[in-house]
Amino acid sequence: MTLSRMPEPDRTVLDRSETIIGELVALLGADGVISREEGRRAFEADALTAYRQPPLAVALPRTTEDVSKLLKYCRQAGVKVVPRGAGTSLCGGATPTADSIVIGTSRMNSVLETDFVNRTITVQTGITNLAITDAVSAEGFFYAPDPSSQLACTLGGNLAMNSGGAHCLKYGVTTNNVLGLKMVLMDGEIVEINGPYLDSGGYDFMALVIGSEGQFGIITEATLKIIPRMPFARPVMLGFSSCEAAGQCVAAIIGSGIIPVAIEYMDKPAIAVAEAFAKAGYPLDVEALLIVEVEGFEDEIERLLRAITDIALNFDPQVIEASTSTEHSERIWKGRKAAFGAMGRISDYYCMDGTIPLARLPEVLSRIGEICAEKRLKVANVFHAGDGNLHPLILFNANDPDEAIRAEQAGAEILKLCVAVGGCLTGEHGVGIEKRDLMDIQFSPSDLAVQMRIKSIFDPHWLLNPGKVFPLPAQELSEQSAADRAA
Amino acid sequence: MQTNFSQKQLSNERIAEAEAILRRCVHCGLCTATCPTYVLTGDERDSPRGRIYLIKDMLEDSAPASPEVQHHVDRCLSCLSCMSTCPSGVDYMHLVDFAREYIEQTGTRPWKERAMRRLLSEVVPHPDRFRFALKLAPLGRPWVKLLRRFGFDQAAALIELAPAVLPPSPKYEGPGVAATEDERRARVIMLAGCAQQVLRPGINDSTIRLLARHGVDVIVAAGAGCCGALTYHLGNEAGAIEFAKRNVDAWWKEIEKDGEPVDAIIVNASGCGTTVKDYGHLLRNEPDYADRAARISELARDVSEFIGKYDLGAPRRWSSLRVAYHSACSLQHGQQIKEVPRELLVKAGFSVVNIPEAHICCGSAGTYNIMQPEISSQLRDRKTKNIKRVKPDVVAAGNIGCITQLSTSLDVPIVHTVELLDWAFGGPVPLGLEGLSKFVSDVPEPTKRRVNDFIHA
Ligand SMILES: Cc1cc2nc3c(=O)[nH]c(=O)nc-3n(C[C@H](O)[C@H](O)[C@H](O)COP(=O)(O)OP(=O)(O)OC[C@H]3O[C@@H](n4cnc5c(N)ncnc54)[C@H](O)[C@@H]3O)c2cc1C
Ligand code: SF4
Ligand code: SF4
Repeated sequence: MTLSRMPEPDRTVLDRSETIIGELVALLGADGVISREEGRRAFEADALTAYRQPPLAVALPRTTEDVSKLLKYCRQAGVKVVPRGAGTSLCGGATPTADSIVIGTSRMNSVLETDFVNRTITVQTGITNLAITDAVSAEGFFYAPDPSSQLACTLGGNLAMNSGGAHCLKYGVTTNNVLGLKMVLMDGEIVEINGPYLDSGGYDFMALVIGSEGQFGIITEATLKIIPRMPFARPVMLGFSSCEAAGQCVAAIIGSGIIPVAIEYMDKPAIAVAEAFAKAGYPLDVEALLIVEVEGFEDEIERLLRAITDIALNFDPQVIEASTSTEHSERIWKGRKAAFGAMGRISDYYCMDGTIPLARLPEVLSRIGEICAEKRLKVANVFHAGDGNLHPLILFNANDPDEAIRAEQAGAEILKLCVAVGGCLTGEHGVGIEKRDLMDIQFSPSDLAVQMRIKSIFDPHWLLNPGKVFPLPAQELSEQSAADRAA
Repeated sequence: MQTNFSQKQLSNERIAEAEAILRRCVHCGLCTATCPTYVLTGDERDSPRGRIYLIKDMLEDSAPASPEVQHHVDRCLSCLSCMSTCPSGVDYMHLVDFAREYIEQTGTRPWKERAMRRLLSEVVPHPDRFRFALKLAPLGRPWVKLLRRFGFDQAAALIELAPAVLPPSPKYEGPGVAATEDERRARVIMLAGCAQQVLRPGINDSTIRLLARHGVDVIVAAGAGCCGALTYHLGNEAGAIEFAKRNVDAWWKEIEKDGEPVDAIIVNASGCGTTVKDYGHLLRNEPDYADRAARISELARDVSEFIGKYDLGAPRRWSSLRVAYHSACSLQHGQQIKEVPRELLVKAGFSVVNIPEAHICCGSAGTYNIMQPEISSQLRDRKTKNIKRVKPDVVAAGNIGCITQLSTSLDVPIVHTVELLDWAFGGPVPLGLEGLSKFVSDVPEPTKRRVNDFIHA
């Protein structure tokens, strides 16, 4: 791809790499440090493989104290740090630089405390999203935000990206489900932000830290809300002959005041691929499919499904089919959640993430089709329609450099389109490297300056997760002035 | 995922195959979460995605396997949990098979390890040699600690796995045909296997008994033997091909017998089943064998898979035993047979309970428990703990590897699924379950009544 440029590695750090590795081993033991070439390469990318760079070394701490020691050392030695959870980021959020240490949280995956009376759970942030729900499901609870990658992605990554998922329409995204955090700052200081109660004492820093993309500190522990699971949930599949009709139906459902747990959208190419993997019985001859899920007691479910069907009938649906059993519901969701990954069966893909006002959905969808057609590329759409969070998957051949460039160009145009219709650059995957250079489409220079000043307060030397979020020239300026101040 | 091979590299058929597999991986990372070794070590290099990456780099560089790549590929269990998880359909099995072979050809190993690998592949596949070795094993037991101290961990693990007392020899020793006394409804070949018939001969006995009692002729073909899996997973493809050819030859003779079609090739060790089902692929480049091997793979069935499609009628015994069904990886991931054995046990009247974390391997994995004793014992203990949580009376599994592995740590008996089925359908008490037989009673046979019993004159 026409890669966004990454910052030049700091020679003085590279020259000291042996000493640095030696110090890391002294802190964590040889078992906690990966320094050989082949091993480092396994960490060179997250799920956006267009960007690849092996780090100087990888450190795998087990406790908050380990992280504190590591950061303190890196701060003193002037070594940059890239936090990493499971490496499922789709925007290059966890891509290393050659002069940085990756600090991976995969060994920090314990449940520290569950409190069913107050409905909270406290965990280390390397735990996977699904494991949080697994830890409380026997008691009838769950942790609400459910990114499609929930099987593998870590809570730390979710916090850093403020991740969302299909069921966030009703329950909110990550930031709406967190009560307290423990975070290690770049100088090794351990801070606690809020706690197991519903409001904070002073300023609400938590909202600031969630979504900070690993640039403020490393979050090591968190206390989360857990929610009692509703007794029943049931999805209905609504198939339409055009994406416009589906789009209008979504707007009408939301407009009617009903809040389903989820409204998910898949278009024809996506349906075919997801069906091949999950055998969920999706209708294969419709142009657009909505999966609308409602939950509650059985009579409530029935009432809601009736109301939704009534609305859908105004848009001439080809298929209306409610799930027939728990097992069927599971398959319907399995297909939707695996849709990105399953796309790998037919092609490489570039997964976009933008948000738009719902009313503009039909027009945006047809424009996306045109943009990709102009670039001679195919596109599949899978997304959280209920909150207007689009995920066009641009299909391309990664071994064909020209096609890869066209894919990236199409992606940039789609994101510009989202901003132009009054939406924003990212719904839930974050900015990372991928959308970094588009930030000035959305934000004015002074907006960006404020954001960077806040970053400088947490990380005055700009050592945390370098090269992400802000356009590179602006970053370099900020970094320089921070360094000048420090000098 | 992007790959970087030259045209010259791709002209090698094996590399081209590996490339096609690699291209399908989109590096999404979903598979990491269900990989037993990653769950234990939290190290990307011990995850499927990490291993795929290490293998990709090794092949792209056309470099000899480095100790680091070798170490992490060796630690892969080949449990194939990653293949169940991967939405993109990455054929990890054939990739890692090729990588093991490549490592064997290009890498170096310490002499202790080479000796152990040699020993295993020379002894285990041959029942008489294996039986003899197991008789010797108790002599080694007093030395286990000393062996560990001097770094012979693998030898120590081997000795500890050997059962203290060898079970009696099998009732039905092949080759030959166990002809059904019932009206014949099917004719099958059974793979008699290698290590299993020494470690637990009751499994073959039960299979034959259960099938023959229900209208199935069971053939154990002369000349057939080990399926080759063990040799294959030690990276010796040529050796595995020899074993496979021998079986194809032996079975083909039975298949060709005029007018007597073979309905299935029954395998009752799921590790072997996965391999026999892959003969078509293993022998694809052997002109004299490719077609026949493909046909044999089509005919191969796990014993539970065959019985699942076959009507055994009502069970003859009834019990209230709580059976924890342990899904062997080769069955649930390798052959994607997940529910059938459980359903068969339920139909046979057992009360079946599910083991938490059922998708995670017990650490047996062929010779893994000998070659990688450290990870293997962690996985065994984890599995044991999960089994204990559901408080079963007995554990059932479809693979001798798991049975041997878990019998060293469980405090309840573990048997093959088919042994329980045979028992419920009229066979003798499986070895080790004698204490439970008082909880099993015969289903009363309805006495034949006459019209007069109902309609009184
Ligand atoms: C198939 C697929 C489906 C997906 N579906 C969704 C979806 O439905 N919704 C959604 O929101 N996202 C989705 N994603 C994107 C991704 O899974 C999320 O962004 C996820 O939160 C990343 O978590 P991770 O543990 O993999 O983090 P990583 O990728 O390792 O890191 C992501 C970012 O978090 C930072 N980070 C990680 N841990 C910490 C920590 N402890 N403290 C501070 N910073 C940290 C990293 O530096 C990086 O910037 C999907 C990805 C894939 C591959
Ligand atoms: S086969 Fe098993 S151990 Fe090997 S990578 Fe896959 S899941 Fe992990
Ligand atoms: S789940 Fe499949 S596509 Fe995703 S990283 Fe693993 S092997 Fe690759």
